[in-house]
Amino acid sequence: MRVSAVVRSEVMPEYRFVAEGFEDAVRKFEEQKPEAEVKTQFVIPEKDFNTAGKGSSELKNLLKRLGVDSVVLRRIAVASYEAEINVAAHSKGGIMYSTVYDDLIHVRFEDEGPGIANIEQAMTPGYSTADDLVRELGFGAGLGLPNIKKNSDAMRLVSAAGSCTKLEFLIYFAKIS
Amino acid sequence: MIKLSEYIAAIDGENHTPALDPDEILISGAYVSDMLSDVMGSAKPEQVWITIMKHLNVIAVASMTGIPAIIFAKGHAPDAAVCDKALEESICLISSKHETFDLAGTLYKLLGK
Ligand SMILES: Nc1ncnc2c1ncn2[C@@H]1O[C@H](COP(=O)(O)OP(=O)(O)O)[C@@H](O)[C@H]1O
Ligand SMILES: [Mg+2]
Repeated sequence: MRVSAVVRSEVMPEYRFVAEGFEDAVRKFEEQKPEAEVKTQFVIPEKDFNTAGKGSSELKNLLKRLGVDSVVLRRIAVASYEAEINVAAHSKGGIMYSTVYDDLIHVRFEDEGPGIANIEQAMTPGYSTADDLVRELGFGAGLGLPNIKKNSDAMRLVSAAGSCTKLEFLIYFAKIS
Repeated sequence: MIKLSEYIAAIDGENHTPALDPDEILISGAYVSDMLSDVMGSAKPEQVWITIMKHLNVIAVASMTGIPAIIFAKGHAPDAAVCDKALEESICLISSKHETFDLAGTLYKLLGK
């Protein structure tokens, strides 16, 4: 699978969220680019709702083995599954990249478009362009992106009409005081 | 908290994952919804999920959300592939002929709410 189109985030519309209290930690992470412990990669084909979810499931198992707290694990699993479903439901397919660090996880999704014309609108709870197939499965409530935000310590969504969509989030394994 | 087995008895439930022992599963409530993102956003661990949805993604949703058991209402029964997946994820699958309202009400009463 080809995920092309260089993401020029400085010119593409983006939505950014950092949870209260995580501003310094996130800035430090972005500046220091720490060394990764484990990296995984999963292909998410278009409209394949049995393959979508495999990445999140494997990630959940891996983190469970690494001893990540169950409440945190649940947040990671939900955010990651919602994002996988979005790639399968709304794009021509994409890739999920997860990187485990000492104290956090970074999960990134890149798809092959067609992109999101209005990111603010997409983030609004209840907004959905899901087709009938997706709705029949019980997805398409327009709560996926809000769920991702709710469960993340930081998230970024970069997209535009006719472009690929890039979504990434960070979740720390321990509470930062 | 009550045992899942007590609830199964109260709703004439059928266990589709007999390898999982409902005596071992403690529950504190239920979340009732057929919208998968709604469940992932609001259901809590130790709650059973009451639904009529029974395809494979339902198991993934329960697994991601940490839901220990799914109660299928109105006699909806999961197929073998769904039961296998649930077993893999240690999620107990129960079906009951009762409707959602009664299933939730029965649990509410059992929990002494
Ligand atoms: N990867 C994506 N590519 C294109 N559009 C997307 C993508 N992810 C989300 N969207 C758009 O944002 C909307 C809201 O997404 P979400 O909150 O997950 O709700 P839902 O998936 O239930 O529609 C979608 O209906 C779709 O229009
Ligand atoms: Mg979605």
